[in-house]
Amino acid sequence: MTTTTDENWALELDSITIAFGANQVLKGVDLKLRPGSVTALLGANGAGKSTLIKVLSGVYSAQGGTVRVDGDEVEIESPSDASKHGIQTVHQRIDDSIVPGLTVAENLVFEEIARGEFPAVSSLRRLMPRARTIASTLDLDWDDSILKQDVFHLGIADCQLLLLARALVHRPKVLVLDEPTSTLSASEAERLFALVEQLRDAGVAILYVSHRLSEIRQLADTVVVLRDGKVVDEQAAPFDLGVAIGAMLGREALEEESALQVQRGEGTALSISGARILDDSALVDMDFRYGEVTAIIGLIGAGKTELAQAVFGANRLEAGTFTLDGKPFAPRHPSTAVDAGVFLVPEDRAHEAMFPGWSITRTLTVPFLSRFARLGVMAGGAERAASATAIEDFGVVATGPNQPVDALSGGNQQKVVVARWMAAGPRVLILDEPFRGVDIGARTELSLKARSQAADGACVVVMLSDVDELRQVADRVIVLVEGEVRLDAYADEIDDDQIITSMSEVA
Amino acid sequence: MSTQAEITTLDRVRDLIVKYGFIVVTVALFIFFAVTEPAFATSASVLSMLKYASVTAILGLGVTFSMVVGGLDLSIGSTAGLSVQLAAMTMVFYNLTGTTAVSVVLIGGVIVGVMNAVLIVVFKIPDLLATLGMMFVIQGVKLIPVFGQSVSSGMVLPDGSTAPGKFDDWFLQIDRGTLFGIPYPVIIMMVLVVASWFVLSRTSWGRKLYAIGANPEAARLAGVKVKLHHGLAYVVSAVFASIGGIILVSRIGQGDVSAGSSSLLEAVAVALVGTSVLGIGKPNAWGTLLGALLISIVLTGMTMMGTQYYHQDTAKGLVLIVALLLSYTVSRHKNRYVPAT
Repeated sequence: MTTTTDENWALELDSITIAFGANQVLKGVDLKLRPGSVTALLGANGAGKSTLIKVLSGVYSAQGGTVRVDGDEVEIESPSDASKHGIQTVHQRIDDSIVPGLTVAENLVFEEIARGEFPAVSSLRRLMPRARTIASTLDLDWDDSILKQDVFHLGIADCQLLLLARALVHRPKVLVLDEPTSTLSASEAERLFALVEQLRDAGVAILYVSHRLSEIRQLADTVVVLRDGKVVDEQAAPFDLGVAIGAMLGREALEEESALQVQRGEGTALSISGARILDDSALVDMDFRYGEVTAIIGLIGAGKTELAQAVFGANRLEAGTFTLDGKPFAPRHPSTAVDAGVFLVPEDRAHEAMFPGWSITRTLTVPFLSRFARLGVMAGGAERAASATAIEDFGVVATGPNQPVDALSGGNQQKVVVARWMAAGPRVLILDEPFRGVDIGARTELSLKARSQAADGACVVVMLSDVDELRQVADRVIVLVEGEVRLDAYADEIDDDQIITSMSEVA
Repeated sequence: MSTQAEITTLDRVRDLIVKYGFIVVTVALFIFFAVTEPAFATSASVLSMLKYASVTAILGLGVTFSMVVGGLDLSIGSTAGLSVQLAAMTMVFYNLTGTTAVSVVLIGGVIVGVMNAVLIVVFKIPDLLATLGMMFVIQGVKLIPVFGQSVSSGMVLPDGSTAPGKFDDWFLQIDRGTLFGIPYPVIIMMVLVVASWFVLSRTSWGRKLYAIGANPEAARLAGVKVKLHHGLAYVVSAVFASIGGIILVSRIGQGDVSAGSSSLLEAVAVALVGTSVLGIGKPNAWGTLLGALLISIVLTGMTMMGTQYYHQDTAKGLVLIVALLLSYTVSRHKNRYVPAT
């Protein structure tokens, strides 16, 4: 189907879908980029941004929907397809694209080397003219001595420029920049902005992914907000970024809010004092009480995971002391925390909580093997019984206790790794982004479980980045921005605007 | 889209091959040799096959422990060789008893295991590389006190004197003795197989070892002391190597400088073959035993049929590759053993 649109779009995405197993990541994304304009793409963790970028760059192929470049429908099945159709991407992680140990020149012409356009054994001198050409597309005044250096000697900012030059030499129609400033200093970022503006004026359509609102205000002509695999907001300049952030964090669905009866807990369970959560952040103090669910909400990089892992003994903070029930608590290993009844459900289920091929029963009992063993010998019956109870209590949809956890849906996997700790009766339970990759039904059930655990007297702490999720589970809200506490209040004392405003305030 | 792909007849056939393929091959080979060579299925021949398998199986069990935690102990053969020298030296140079020799060897094994563990968990050298380094060090170090020579009773020392001791009769009985007609090495092998199976699959410690092999970070975040148990697996591995070395030196009756060096590849091979038995995909004690028996059957059968000795390595290699094809190519399971590097 070739339709001609009334306007010339450099790139048109029409209902792009992609799913990994049962997990639908993109649910029909529509996106249009004008030539000579910068479109900012906003979205929280797990919204589908990186997946969308990987579809555009040919790392994944879309399972549904169409892509048109300059009005013509194209198939992007591989990175070279993307390049052929004029789409270039500079990925966020430069170490994925830079080859250490090679010279700057070799890195500049790396794609040609990889495609075999240079003979297998080739002297550096033969590469130099091409390397000079590529470097000159960006007016990088790198002389031959720099080009012959190991790329290791370039700073991060220059590596970023190198990759940009590599992308630009193909004269792309569409340029995707994935969080290009996340590792740059302010002056380096300014240099990049100047380049982006130059490219825009030259007619390139730029998709700019960033969390930094000031950059978006400065650079973007359009803002597109992705949430839960769909575009939920689209604005032309001048922007109302409050609305955009609201859409990104999800505040439309407010109906369920009324159901939550805010509880005020009594008695401090865990107390944190003088903690430096991030490298340069100020010292913070926090108290977590029994009988309530505290949500710590913050964007990526706010320090939520660092805090959670430190309390669990999985890593160390630069500064700070903890007390548990008023006594000093300094876990040097998760085993100490587990023995003290302080549990953590980590952020990354597959890499931090699951064992490939392991059954539900085995996954559930790993931290508490001694409870199911007599003199070190496993009592299979007790283990299976505990597993059956957990499956029943948490409504895990599975064929039985022996089913491998990997074979379950995301929501049911999460129920298993949460049940593991909840069933053991925690004093303090920390859940780091427990609703990621979890369907809405499982999210509701897990929220209820967290709330009933608190009602039974436990101290529950949930790390989140989504206001909807927060409203569903939290009695108390702590807003964390760049490792510092910006707001600490009970959920019924504040509205969403206050939370979102304090989250998006930049120091 | 459903996550549960449809299971076709082809998949079922594959599963059957993966699950029972190796057992069928082992039994079929046994029957084949029994029919073609009348001497093959006699009790004497079966016992000698089991006896041959014992050292390989015991070293293979050691490798199995290191594989369970996601590593691979390459120093196993040289540790067995070290044990051979230590036992011979204790009895021949120092004129001490066989019991002392056994104790010295086991202590030596623990020391090697602890050194491997320290290199791997404290200094964070990848398992494969740390044990590769240790393999060379042990091979070299064991030659120093014996002046690079094989140690035998009545040997002449460099200063012109004669070595005072000799191999204890009791010690020589470890390999030669029998209980109800079953050779001691076979009994030791069976005891260690059952013990390893029990520890690995029936105890909480075994569960922790498998957890470390499956996902060390998830194990750590579940409160498992990953470093401690990872290291202990290497101590077990080295102690098994020492036990294998004791049987070996008792068999050859002298401190042969080259003893044990060929055992490494066989031990690793049988442990890898073991992962493909019953489609388990994980290192396990019974699989390792079956791997050792299979190799023993193949070699004995080939010898009886008059095949030249130099075809043996080819046969062992082919057995290993077929096993690896079963677990990595034919099997649909994804939870297979992949050594960390």
